[in-house]
Amino acid sequence: MPISHNGHISITGVSKYFGRHKALDGVSLELPPGSVTVILGPSGSGKSTLLRAINHLERVDEGFIQIDGDYIGYRREGDRLYELKEKEILRQRINVGYVFQNFNLFPHLTVLENLIEAPIAHKQLSRKAAVERAYELLDVVGLRNKADAWSRHLSGGQQQRIAIARALALRPRVMLFDEPTSALDPELVGEVLDVIKTLARSGTTLVVVTHEIGFAREVADKVVFMVDGKIVEQGSSEAVLNRPQHPRTQQFLSKVL
Amino acid sequence: MTTPETIKVIPARYPLRTAGAFVALFVLAIVVQSVAFNPRWEWHVFARWFFDPAILYGVGQTLLLTLLGTVLSVIIGGLLALARLSSSWLLSSLAWGYIWLFRSLPLIVVLIILYNFSYLYDTLTIGIPFTAISWGQFETINVLGQFSTAVVGLTLVQSAYTAEIIRGGFLGVDHGQYEAAAALGLPAWRRTLRIILPQALRTILPSGFNEIISLAKGTAMVYVLAMPELFYTIQMIYNRTQEVIPLLMVGAVWYLAITSVLSIIQHLVERALARSERRSAINAAPRVSRVSSPATPVNAQEPVHAHLS
Repeated sequence: MPISHNGHISITGVSKYFGRHKALDGVSLELPPGSVTVILGPSGSGKSTLLRAINHLERVDEGFIQIDGDYIGYRREGDRLYELKEKEILRQRINVGYVFQNFNLFPHLTVLENLIEAPIAHKQLSRKAAVERAYELLDVVGLRNKADAWSRHLSGGQQQRIAIARALALRPRVMLFDEPTSALDPELVGEVLDVIKTLARSGTTLVVVTHEIGFAREVADKVVFMVDGKIVEQGSSEAVLNRPQHPRTQQFLSKVL
Repeated sequence: MTTPETIKVIPARYPLRTAGAFVALFVLAIVVQSVAFNPRWEWHVFARWFFDPAILYGVGQTLLLTLLGTVLSVIIGGLLALARLSSSWLLSSLAWGYIWLFRSLPLIVVLIILYNFSYLYDTLTIGIPFTAISWGQFETINVLGQFSTAVVGLTLVQSAYTAEIIRGGFLGVDHGQYEAAAALGLPAWRRTLRIILPQALRTILPSGFNEIISLAKGTAMVYVLAMPELFYTIQMIYNRTQEVIPLLMVGAVWYLAITSVLSIIQHLVERALARSERRSAINAAPRVSRVSSPATPVNAQEPVHAHLS
Protein backbone atom coordinates (compact mmCIF):
# COMPACT_ATOMS: atom_id res chain seq x y z
CA MET A 1 0.00 0.00 0.00
CA PRO A 2 1.43 3.39 -0.91
CA ILE A 3 2.37 5.49 2.13
CA SER A 4 1.77 9.15 1.41
CA HIS A 5 1.07 12.02 3.77
CA ASN A 6 -1.59 13.68 1.74
CA GLY A 7 -4.73 12.19 3.16
CA HIS A 8 -5.05 8.73 1.70
CA ILE A 9 -8.03 7.03 3.38
CA SER A 10 -8.20 3.28 3.32
CA ILE A 11 -11.23 1.50 4.79
CA THR A 12 -11.04 -2.28 5.07
CA GLY A 13 -13.95 -4.55 6.01
CA VAL A 14 -15.45 -2.18 8.58
CA SER A 15 -18.53 -3.27 10.56
CA LYS A 16 -20.27 -1.51 13.41
CA TYR A 17 -23.07 -2.75 15.63
CA PHE A 18 -25.52 -0.70 17.67
CA GLY A 19 -26.88 -3.44 19.89
CA ARG A 20 -28.20 -6.01 17.44
CA HIS A 21 -28.52 -3.54 14.60
CA LYS A 22 -25.64 -3.70 12.12
CA ALA A 23 -25.06 -0.07 11.15
CA LEU A 24 -22.02 -0.82 8.98
CA ASP A 25 -21.61 -4.15 7.25
CA GLY A 26 -18.20 -4.99 5.79
CA VAL A 27 -17.50 -1.61 4.21
CA SER A 28 -14.29 -1.29 2.18
CA LEU A 29 -13.27 1.86 0.36
CA GLU A 30 -10.10 3.43 -1.04
CA LEU A 31 -10.02 7.22 -1.23
CA PRO A 32 -6.87 8.61 -2.88
CA PRO A 33 -5.19 11.83 -1.65
CA GLY A 34 -6.92 15.00 -2.75
CA SER A 35 -10.02 13.19 -3.96
CA VAL A 36 -13.58 14.37 -3.39
CA THR A 37 -16.02 11.64 -2.43
CA VAL A 38 -19.74 12.09 -1.94
CA ILE A 39 -21.61 9.45 0.02
CA LEU A 40 -25.29 9.14 -0.84
CA GLY A 41 -27.99 6.92 0.54
CA PRO A 42 -31.34 6.87 2.28
CA SER A 43 -31.40 7.86 5.96
CA GLY A 44 -30.28 5.09 8.27
CA SER A 45 -28.00 3.61 5.63
CA GLY A 46 -24.86 4.13 7.74
CA LYS A 47 -23.40 7.12 5.86
CA SER A 48 -22.89 9.25 8.95
CA THR A 49 -21.70 6.29 11.02
CA LEU A 50 -19.00 5.62 8.43
CA LEU A 51 -17.94 9.26 8.50
CA ARG A 52 -17.85 9.28 12.30
CA ALA A 53 -15.80 6.08 12.26
CA ILE A 54 -13.15 7.73 10.06
CA ASN A 55 -12.65 10.29 12.85
CA HIS A 56 -13.00 7.67 15.60
CA LEU A 57 -16.05 9.43 17.00
CA GLU A 58 -17.49 5.94 16.58
CA ARG A 59 -15.40 2.90 17.42
CA VAL A 60 -15.68 0.16 14.78
CA ASP A 61 -16.27 -3.45 15.82
CA GLU A 62 -14.62 -5.17 12.84
CA GLY A 63 -12.14 -4.14 10.21
CA PHE A 64 -9.93 -1.07 10.31
CA ILE A 65 -9.49 2.39 8.87
CA GLN A 66 -6.16 3.91 7.91
CA ILE A 67 -5.19 7.43 7.00
CA ASP A 68 -1.82 7.60 5.29
CA GLY A 69 -1.01 4.18 6.70
CA ASP A 70 -1.83 5.06 10.34
CA TYR A 71 -4.53 2.95 11.93
CA ILE A 72 -7.32 5.09 13.33
CA GLY A 73 -7.64 4.33 17.04
CA TYR A 74 -4.78 1.80 17.01
CA ARG A 75 -1.03 1.51 16.81
CA ARG A 76 0.44 -1.38 14.85
CA GLU A 77 3.50 -3.23 16.06
CA GLY A 78 4.31 -6.30 14.00
CA ASP A 79 1.08 -8.24 13.62
CA ARG A 80 -0.58 -6.67 16.63
CA LEU A 81 -2.88 -3.65 16.91
CA TYR A 82 -2.68 -1.83 20.23
CA GLU A 83 -5.69 0.27 21.12
CA LEU A 84 -4.71 3.92 21.56
CA LYS A 85 -5.37 5.91 24.71
CA GLU A 86 -7.77 8.84 24.53
CA LYS A 87 -4.89 11.32 24.47
CA GLU A 88 -3.35 9.69 21.39
CA ILE A 89 -6.72 9.44 19.65
CA LEU A 90 -7.19 13.16 20.21
CA ARG A 91 -3.80 13.79 18.63
CA GLN A 92 -4.74 11.65 15.60
CA ARG A 93 -7.78 13.85 15.02
CA ILE A 94 -5.54 16.83 14.27
CA ASN A 95 -5.16 15.40 10.77
CA VAL A 96 -8.90 15.13 10.23
CA GLY A 97 -11.31 18.05 10.13
CA TYR A 98 -14.96 17.33 10.89
CA VAL A 99 -17.95 19.51 10.01
CA PHE A 100 -21.23 18.73 11.76
CA GLN A 101 -24.78 19.01 10.50
CA ASN A 102 -25.59 21.36 13.42
CA PHE A 103 -22.34 23.38 13.18
CA ASN A 104 -21.60 22.96 16.92
CA LEU A 105 -19.76 26.25 17.19
CA PHE A 106 -18.79 27.15 20.76
CA PRO A 107 -21.49 29.69 21.66
CA HIS A 108 -19.58 31.28 24.58
CA LEU A 109 -16.64 32.17 22.34
CA THR A 110 -16.47 34.73 19.56
CA VAL A 111 -15.91 33.63 15.98
CA LEU A 112 -12.19 34.42 16.25
CA GLU A 113 -11.87 32.52 19.54
CA ASN A 114 -13.61 29.54 17.95
CA LEU A 115 -10.99 29.55 15.19
CA ILE A 116 -7.86 29.88 17.33
CA GLU A 117 -8.90 27.43 20.07
CA ALA A 118 -7.60 24.21 18.50
CA PRO A 119 -4.28 25.47 17.03
CA ILE A 120 -3.38 27.01 20.39
CA ALA A 121 -4.51 23.94 22.35
CA HIS A 122 -2.28 21.73 20.22
CA LYS A 123 0.61 24.23 20.46
CA GLN A 124 0.65 24.21 16.66
CA LEU A 125 0.73 28.00 16.52
CA SER A 126 1.44 30.89 18.84
CA ARG A 127 -1.58 33.01 19.67
CA LYS A 128 -0.45 35.71 17.25
CA ALA A 129 0.12 33.24 14.41
CA ALA A 130 -3.21 31.55 15.18
CA VAL A 131 -5.02 34.87 14.89
CA GLU A 132 -3.32 35.55 11.54
CA ARG A 133 -4.28 32.08 10.34
CA ALA A 134 -7.86 32.68 11.55
CA TYR A 135 -8.14 35.83 9.44
CA GLU A 136 -6.80 33.98 6.39
CA LEU A 137 -9.47 31.33 6.93
CA LEU A 138 -12.16 33.97 7.39
CA ASP A 139 -11.14 35.32 3.99
CA VAL A 140 -11.49 31.83 2.53
CA VAL A 141 -15.08 31.58 3.80
CA GLY A 142 -15.75 35.27 3.13
CA LEU A 143 -16.55 36.30 6.71
CA ARG A 144 -13.61 38.47 7.78
CA ASN A 145 -15.97 41.12 9.12
CA LYS A 146 -17.55 38.60 11.54
CA ALA A 147 -14.37 37.90 13.55
CA ASP A 148 -15.70 39.50 16.74
CA ALA A 149 -19.30 38.34 16.40
CA TRP A 150 -20.94 35.73 18.62
CA SER A 151 -21.89 32.66 16.69
CA ARG A 152 -25.57 32.78 17.60
CA HIS A 153 -25.94 36.12 15.86
CA LEU A 154 -24.91 34.59 12.56
CA SER A 155 -27.21 32.93 10.05
CA GLY A 156 -27.06 29.16 9.71
CA GLY A 157 -25.07 29.45 6.52
CA GLN A 158 -22.54 31.79 8.12
CA GLN A 159 -22.27 29.51 11.17
CA GLN A 160 -21.52 26.54 8.94
CA ARG A 161 -18.89 28.49 7.03
CA ILE A 162 -17.24 29.41 10.35
CA ALA A 163 -17.42 25.74 11.39
CA ILE A 164 -15.60 24.80 8.17
CA ALA A 165 -12.95 27.46 8.86
CA ARG A 166 -12.57 26.13 12.40
CA ALA A 167 -11.99 22.60 11.10
CA LEU A 168 -9.44 23.93 8.58
CA ALA A 169 -7.48 25.79 11.26
CA LEU A 170 -5.48 22.65 12.09
CA ARG A 171 -4.51 22.18 8.41
CA PRO A 172 -6.02 18.70 8.25
CA ARG A 173 -5.20 16.30 5.42
CA VAL A 174 -8.76 15.03 5.42
CA MET A 175 -12.03 16.96 5.78
CA LEU A 176 -15.23 15.13 6.66
CA PHE A 177 -18.62 16.79 6.11
CA ASP A 178 -21.65 15.25 7.80
CA GLU A 179 -24.71 16.59 5.94
CA PRO A 180 -23.30 20.14 6.10
CA THR A 181 -26.34 21.76 4.49
CA SER A 182 -29.20 19.68 5.93
CA ALA A 183 -29.92 22.09 8.80
CA LEU A 184 -29.93 25.15 6.55
CA ASP A 185 -32.72 27.12 4.94
CA PRO A 186 -32.74 26.44 1.19
CA GLU A 187 -31.44 29.89 0.26
CA LEU A 188 -28.35 29.42 2.50
CA VAL A 189 -27.27 26.06 1.04
CA GLY A 190 -25.42 27.61 -1.89
CA GLU A 191 -22.96 29.70 0.12
CA VAL A 192 -21.83 26.66 2.13
CA LEU A 193 -21.50 24.44 -0.94
CA ASP A 194 -19.45 27.19 -2.63
CA VAL A 195 -16.93 27.08 0.22
CA ILE A 196 -16.70 23.28 -0.03
CA LYS A 197 -16.20 23.56 -3.79
CA THR A 198 -13.23 25.89 -3.17
CA LEU A 199 -11.71 23.27 -0.89
CA ALA A 200 -12.25 20.55 -3.50
CA ARG A 201 -9.53 22.17 -5.58
CA SER A 202 -7.11 22.64 -2.66
CA GLY A 203 -5.65 19.13 -2.50
CA THR A 204 -7.32 18.17 0.80
CA THR A 205 -9.13 14.85 0.72
CA LEU A 206 -12.86 15.53 1.14
CA VAL A 207 -15.60 13.11 2.15
CA VAL A 208 -19.07 14.61 2.04
CA VAL A 209 -22.30 13.01 3.20
CA THR A 210 -25.07 14.99 1.54
CA HIS A 211 -28.36 14.89 -0.30
CA GLU A 212 -27.27 17.59 -2.76
CA ILE A 213 -27.14 15.61 -6.00
CA GLY A 214 -26.23 18.68 -8.03
CA PHE A 215 -23.21 19.27 -5.81
CA ALA A 216 -22.16 15.63 -6.21
CA ARG A 217 -22.47 15.85 -9.97
CA GLU A 218 -20.39 19.01 -10.12
CA VAL A 219 -17.59 18.33 -7.64
CA ALA A 220 -17.31 14.65 -6.75
CA ASP A 221 -14.57 12.47 -8.19
CA LYS A 222 -16.33 9.49 -6.72
CA VAL A 223 -19.89 8.84 -5.62
CA VAL A 224 -20.60 6.06 -3.13
CA PHE A 225 -24.14 4.81 -2.64
CA MET A 226 -24.95 3.06 0.65
CA VAL A 227 -27.98 1.03 1.74
CA ASP A 228 -28.39 -0.81 5.06
CA GLY A 229 -24.75 -0.34 6.06
CA LYS A 230 -23.37 -1.69 2.80
CA ILE A 231 -21.87 0.01 -0.24
CA VAL A 232 -24.08 -1.11 -3.10
CA GLU A 233 -22.57 1.03 -5.82
CA GLN A 234 -19.56 3.29 -6.32
CA GLY A 235 -17.92 4.97 -9.25
CA SER A 236 -17.44 8.30 -10.95
CA SER A 237 -20.25 10.77 -10.34
CA GLU A 238 -21.16 10.57 -14.01
CA ALA A 239 -21.47 6.77 -13.89
CA VAL A 240 -23.38 6.47 -10.63
CA LEU A 241 -25.70 9.43 -11.10
CA ASN A 242 -26.45 9.04 -14.81
CA ARG A 243 -26.27 5.30 -15.30
CA PRO A 244 -27.01 3.71 -11.90
CA GLN A 245 -26.81 -0.09 -12.04
CA HIS A 246 -28.26 -1.13 -8.69
CA PRO A 247 -32.07 -1.00 -8.36
CA ARG A 248 -31.84 0.76 -4.96
CA THR A 249 -29.66 3.49 -6.48
CA GLN A 250 -32.07 3.92 -9.37
CA GLN A 251 -35.01 4.08 -6.97
CA PHE A 252 -33.26 6.63 -4.72
CA LEU A 253 -32.15 8.87 -7.58
CA SER A 254 -35.59 8.82 -9.18
CA LYS A 255 -37.00 10.13 -5.90
CA VAL A 256 -34.50 12.90 -5.21
CA LEU A 257 -33.95 14.17 -8.76
CA MET B 1 -54.88 59.90 0.84
CA THR B 2 -58.19 59.66 2.71
CA THR B 3 -58.24 60.82 6.30
CA PRO B 4 -57.97 57.70 8.49
CA GLU B 5 -61.04 56.86 10.52
CA THR B 6 -60.28 57.33 14.22
CA ILE B 7 -61.81 55.16 16.90
CA LYS B 8 -61.28 55.60 20.59
CA VAL B 9 -59.67 52.65 22.46
CA ILE B 10 -60.92 52.00 26.00
CA PRO B 11 -58.46 49.95 28.11
CA ALA B 12 -59.99 46.91 29.84
CA ARG B 13 -60.64 47.41 33.54
CA TYR B 14 -60.26 44.79 36.29
CA PRO B 15 -62.10 45.93 39.45
CA LEU B 16 -61.29 42.71 41.36
CA ARG B 17 -57.57 43.33 40.97
CA THR B 18 -57.95 46.76 42.48
CA ALA B 19 -60.03 45.34 45.34
CA GLY B 20 -57.41 42.61 45.91
CA ALA B 21 -54.63 45.18 46.05
CA PHE B 22 -56.53 47.19 48.66
CA VAL B 23 -57.07 44.09 50.81
CA ALA B 24 -53.37 43.24 50.61
CA LEU B 25 -52.39 46.81 51.58
CA PHE B 26 -54.81 46.67 54.51
CA VAL B 27 -53.29 43.40 55.78
CA LEU B 28 -49.82 44.88 55.40
CA ALA B 29 -50.87 47.93 57.42
CA ILE B 30 -52.18 45.70 60.23
CA VAL B 31 -48.89 43.78 60.35
CA VAL B 32 -46.76 46.93 60.36
CA GLN B 33 -48.95 48.52 63.01
CA SER B 34 -48.73 45.47 65.30
CA VAL B 35 -44.97 45.07 64.88
CA ALA B 36 -44.27 48.73 65.41
CA PHE B 37 -46.63 49.43 68.28
CA ASN B 38 -46.73 46.18 70.27
CA PRO B 39 -44.20 46.99 73.07
CA ARG B 40 -43.45 43.29 73.58
CA TRP B 41 -41.32 43.28 70.43
CA GLU B 42 -38.95 45.38 72.55
CA TRP B 43 -37.23 47.12 69.67
CA HIS B 44 -34.98 49.05 72.04
CA VAL B 45 -33.51 45.74 73.22
CA PHE B 46 -33.06 44.76 69.59
CA ALA B 47 -31.18 47.99 68.95
CA ARG B 48 -28.99 47.48 72.00
CA TRP B 49 -27.89 43.96 70.97
CA PHE B 50 -27.73 44.28 67.18
CA PHE B 51 -24.11 45.49 67.05
CA ASP B 52 -23.00 43.85 70.30
CA PRO B 53 -19.44 42.46 69.93
CA ALA B 54 -20.61 38.94 70.88
CA ILE B 55 -23.27 39.04 68.17
CA LEU B 56 -20.80 40.42 65.62
CA TYR B 57 -18.36 37.63 66.50
CA GLY B 58 -21.19 35.13 65.92
CA VAL B 59 -21.96 36.72 62.55
CA GLY B 60 -18.26 36.45 61.68
CA GLN B 61 -18.24 32.76 62.58
CA THR B 62 -21.39 32.16 60.52
CA LEU B 63 -19.83 33.91 57.52
CA LEU B 64 -16.57 32.00 57.94
CA LEU B 65 -18.43 28.68 58.09
CA THR B 66 -20.41 29.62 54.98
CA LEU B 67 -17.26 30.62 53.11
CA LEU B 68 -15.26 27.53 54.07
CA GLY B 69 -18.24 25.25 53.47
CA THR B 70 -18.80 26.77 50.03
CA VAL B 71 -15.18 26.66 48.89
CA LEU B 72 -14.55 23.13 50.15
CA SER B 73 -17.85 21.76 48.88
CA VAL B 74 -17.29 23.27 45.42
CA ILE B 75 -13.87 21.58 45.24
CA ILE B 76 -15.05 18.22 46.59
CA GLY B 77 -18.41 18.44 44.79
CA GLY B 78 -16.65 19.24 41.52
CA LEU B 79 -14.41 16.21 41.87
CA LEU B 80 -17.42 14.05 42.82
CA ALA B 81 -19.32 15.31 39.77
CA LEU B 82 -16.40 14.44 37.48
CA ALA B 83 -16.17 11.02 39.13
CA ARG B 84 -19.92 10.51 38.64
CA LEU B 85 -19.56 11.39 34.94
CA SER B 86 -16.39 9.35 34.42
CA SER B 87 -16.59 6.26 32.28
CA SER B 88 -14.97 4.27 35.09
CA TRP B 89 -17.73 2.17 36.60
CA LEU B 90 -16.00 2.02 39.98
CA LEU B 91 -15.38 5.78 40.29
CA SER B 92 -18.90 6.58 39.24
CA SER B 93 -20.44 4.10 41.71
CA LEU B 94 -18.30 5.32 44.59
CA ALA B 95 -19.29 8.90 43.90
CA TRP B 96 -22.93 7.84 43.65
CA GLY B 97 -22.60 6.06 47.00
CA TYR B 98 -21.12 9.14 48.67
CA ILE B 99 -23.87 11.36 47.31
CA TRP B 100 -26.54 8.87 48.31
CA LEU B 101 -25.16 8.64 51.86
CA PHE B 102 -24.78 12.33 52.59
CA ARG B 103 -27.99 13.39 50.93
CA SER B 104 -29.83 10.83 53.03
CA LEU B 105 -28.43 11.82 56.43
CA PRO B 106 -29.76 14.93 58.18
CA LEU B 107 -27.01 17.49 58.77
CA ILE B 108 -27.65 17.47 62.51
CA VAL B 109 -27.06 13.70 62.66
CA VAL B 110 -23.79 14.00 60.72
CA LEU B 111 -22.63 16.78 63.03
CA ILE B 112 -23.31 14.86 66.20
CA ILE B 113 -21.71 11.67 64.86
CA LEU B 114 -18.59 13.65 63.92
CA TYR B 115 -18.54 15.32 67.30
CA ASN B 116 -18.47 11.90 68.91
CA PHE B 117 -15.86 10.58 66.52
CA SER B 118 -13.28 10.36 69.29
CA TYR B 119 -15.39 7.59 70.81
CA LEU B 120 -14.70 5.48 67.68
CA TYR B 121 -11.08 6.50 67.10
CA ASP B 122 -8.94 7.93 69.89
CA THR B 123 -6.22 9.07 67.53
CA LEU B 124 -5.95 10.04 63.88
CA THR B 125 -2.76 8.97 62.10
CA ILE B 126 -1.23 10.32 58.91
CA GLY B 127 0.75 7.57 57.21
CA ILE B 128 0.49 4.70 54.76
CA PRO B 129 -2.37 2.36 55.63
CA PHE B 130 -1.59 -1.32 56.25
CA THR B 131 2.02 -0.45 57.07
CA ALA B 132 3.83 0.84 60.14
CA ILE B 133 4.86 4.04 58.36
CA SER B 134 3.42 7.10 60.07
CA TRP B 135 4.23 10.78 59.82
CA GLY B 136 2.11 12.06 62.60
CA GLN B 137 -0.50 11.15 65.13
CA PHE B 138 -3.14 13.40 66.64
CA GLU B 139 -5.71 13.12 69.38
CA THR B 140 -9.09 13.01 67.67
CA ILE B 141 -10.57 15.20 70.34
CA ASN B 142 -8.04 17.96 69.55
CA VAL B 143 -8.39 17.74 65.77
CA LEU B 144 -12.17 17.60 65.66
CA GLY B 145 -13.00 20.56 67.85
CA GLN B 146 -16.21 22.51 67.49
CA PHE B 147 -15.09 24.61 64.57
CA SER B 148 -13.41 21.87 62.53
CA THR B 149 -16.30 19.47 63.20
CA ALA B 150 -18.69 22.11 61.93
CA VAL B 151 -16.60 22.72 58.78
CA VAL B 152 -16.17 19.00 58.06
CA GLY B 153 -19.84 18.22 58.69
CA LEU B 154 -21.15 21.07 56.57
CA THR B 155 -18.69 20.24 53.78
CA LEU B 156 -19.52 16.53 53.76
CA VAL B 157 -23.24 17.18 53.37
CA GLN B 158 -22.97 20.24 51.17
CA SER B 159 -20.57 18.66 48.68
CA ALA B 160 -23.12 15.90 47.96
CA TYR B 161 -25.65 18.51 46.84
CA THR B 162 -23.04 20.61 45.04
CA ALA B 163 -21.86 17.53 43.13
CA GLU B 164 -25.36 16.90 41.82
CA ILE B 165 -25.78 20.52 40.75
CA ILE B 166 -22.44 20.54 38.92
CA ARG B 167 -23.22 17.20 37.29
CA GLY B 168 -26.60 18.52 36.16
CA GLY B 169 -24.89 21.54 34.63
CA PHE B 170 -22.46 19.38 32.69
CA LEU B 171 -25.25 17.11 31.44
CA GLY B 172 -27.20 20.17 30.34
CA VAL B 173 -24.54 21.16 27.80
CA ASP B 174 -25.46 20.05 24.30
CA HIS B 175 -23.79 16.77 23.34
CA GLY B 176 -22.66 18.38 20.07
CA GLN B 177 -20.29 20.59 22.08
CA TYR B 178 -18.49 17.52 23.46
CA GLU B 179 -18.28 16.08 19.95
CA ALA B 180 -17.01 19.31 18.42
CA ALA B 181 -14.31 19.53 21.08
CA ALA B 182 -13.42 15.87 20.52
CA ALA B 183 -13.33 16.30 16.73
CA LEU B 184 -10.86 19.18 17.17
CA GLY B 185 -8.80 16.86 19.34
CA LEU B 186 -8.86 19.26 22.31
CA PRO B 187 -7.21 17.67 25.37
CA ALA B 188 -9.67 16.49 28.01
CA TRP B 189 -8.85 19.15 30.62
CA ARG B 190 -9.13 21.93 28.05
CA ARG B 191 -12.42 20.55 26.78
CA THR B 192 -13.77 20.48 30.32
CA LEU B 193 -12.48 23.85 31.52
CA ARG B 194 -12.69 25.98 28.37
CA ILE B 195 -15.57 24.53 26.41
CA ILE B 196 -17.97 22.67 28.70
CA LEU B 197 -17.62 24.39 32.11
CA PRO B 198 -18.34 27.96 30.93
CA GLN B 199 -21.52 26.73 29.28
CA ALA B 200 -22.45 24.58 32.28
CA LEU B 201 -22.03 27.53 34.65
CA ARG B 202 -25.17 29.12 33.25
CA THR B 203 -27.24 26.35 34.79
CA ILE B 204 -24.96 25.66 37.76
CA LEU B 205 -24.89 29.19 39.18
CA PRO B 206 -28.57 29.84 39.97
CA SER B 207 -29.05 26.55 41.82
CA GLY B 208 -25.52 26.77 43.20
CA PHE B 209 -26.30 30.10 44.84
CA ASN B 210 -29.51 28.65 46.23
CA GLU B 211 -27.30 26.03 47.88
CA ILE B 212 -24.94 28.67 49.27
CA ILE B 213 -27.91 30.53 50.70
CA SER B 214 -29.26 27.40 52.35
CA LEU B 215 -25.75 26.71 53.63
CA ALA B 216 -25.61 30.18 55.19
CA LYS B 217 -28.87 29.44 56.98
CA GLY B 218 -27.86 25.81 57.60
CA THR B 219 -24.90 26.94 59.69
CA ALA B 220 -27.44 27.67 62.43
CA MET B 221 -27.58 23.89 62.84
CA VAL B 222 -24.09 23.76 64.31
CA TYR B 223 -25.47 25.28 67.52
CA VAL B 224 -25.75 21.62 68.62
CA LEU B 225 -21.95 21.60 68.85
CA ALA B 226 -22.12 24.58 71.22
CA MET B 227 -20.08 26.52 68.70
CA PRO B 228 -20.50 30.28 69.11
CA GLU B 229 -21.86 31.13 65.68
CA LEU B 230 -24.77 33.57 65.33
CA PHE B 231 -27.67 31.37 66.44
CA TYR B 232 -25.84 29.77 69.40
CA THR B 233 -24.65 33.17 70.59
CA ILE B 234 -28.22 34.46 70.51
CA GLN B 235 -29.48 31.51 72.51
CA MET B 236 -26.74 32.02 75.07
CA ILE B 237 -27.71 35.65 75.50
CA TYR B 238 -31.47 35.20 75.77
CA ASN B 239 -31.10 32.27 78.15
CA ARG B 240 -29.34 34.73 80.43
CA THR B 241 -31.42 37.87 79.85
CA GLN B 242 -34.80 36.28 78.98
CA GLU B 243 -35.19 38.79 76.12
CA VAL B 244 -36.11 35.97 73.75
CA ILE B 245 -38.05 37.69 70.98
CA PRO B 246 -35.81 40.75 70.48
CA LEU B 247 -32.72 38.56 70.30
CA LEU B 248 -34.34 36.18 67.84
CA MET B 249 -35.17 39.27 65.78
CA VAL B 250 -31.48 40.25 65.91
CA GLY B 251 -30.64 36.84 64.45
CA ALA B 252 -33.43 36.97 61.88
CA VAL B 253 -32.33 40.38 60.60
CA TRP B 254 -28.67 39.29 60.39
CA TYR B 255 -29.63 36.15 58.44
CA LEU B 256 -31.78 38.32 56.18
CA ALA B 257 -28.84 40.63 55.61
CA ILE B 258 -26.44 37.78 54.83
CA THR B 259 -28.78 36.07 52.36
CA SER B 260 -29.67 39.41 50.75
CA VAL B 261 -26.00 40.14 50.11
CA LEU B 262 -25.59 36.65 48.66
CA SER B 263 -28.60 37.21 46.41
CA ILE B 264 -27.08 40.46 45.15
CA ILE B 265 -23.76 38.70 44.44
CA GLN B 266 -25.70 35.98 42.60
CA HIS B 267 -27.43 38.60 40.49
CA LEU B 268 -24.14 40.33 39.62
CA VAL B 269 -22.34 37.10 38.75
CA GLU B 270 -25.18 35.90 36.55
CA ARG B 271 -25.25 39.24 34.78
CA ALA B 272 -21.52 39.11 34.17
CA LEU B 273 -21.84 35.57 32.79
CA ALA B 274 -24.60 36.63 30.45
CA ARG B 275 -22.06 38.94 28.78
CA SER B 276 -22.72 37.58 25.33
CA GLU B 277 -26.46 37.55 25.89
CA ARG B 278 -26.35 41.20 26.91
CA ARG B 279 -24.47 42.10 23.77
CA SER B 280 -27.27 40.51 21.84
CA ALA B 281 -29.73 42.75 23.67
CA ILE B 282 -27.69 45.79 22.65
CA ASN B 283 -27.50 44.57 19.09
CA ALA B 284 -31.22 43.98 19.07
CA ALA B 285 -32.03 47.47 20.34
CA PRO B 286 -31.79 49.33 17.01
CA ARG B 287 -33.84 46.60 15.39
CA VAL B 288 -36.62 47.15 17.92
CA SER B 289 -36.78 50.82 17.16
CA ARG B 290 -36.73 50.07 13.45
CA VAL B 291 -39.71 47.77 13.84
CA SER B 292 -41.60 50.22 15.95
CA SER B 293 -40.87 53.31 13.86
CA PRO B 294 -43.33 52.57 11.03
CA ALA B 295 -45.98 51.99 13.66
CA THR B 296 -45.71 55.54 14.95
CA PRO B 297 -48.10 57.67 12.93
CA VAL B 298 -46.49 60.20 10.63
CA ASN B 299 -48.99 62.93 11.39
CA ALA B 300 -49.57 63.32 15.11
CA GLN B 301 -52.92 62.00 16.18
CA GLU B 302 -54.95 62.55 19.29
CA PRO B 303 -53.70 60.32 22.11
CA VAL B 304 -55.42 56.97 22.65
CA HIS B 305 -56.37 56.60 19.02
CA ALA B 306 -55.66 53.75 16.67
CA HIS B 307 -55.74 53.31 12.95
CA LEU B 308 -57.97 50.72 11.44
CA SER B 309 -56.62 49.28 8.25
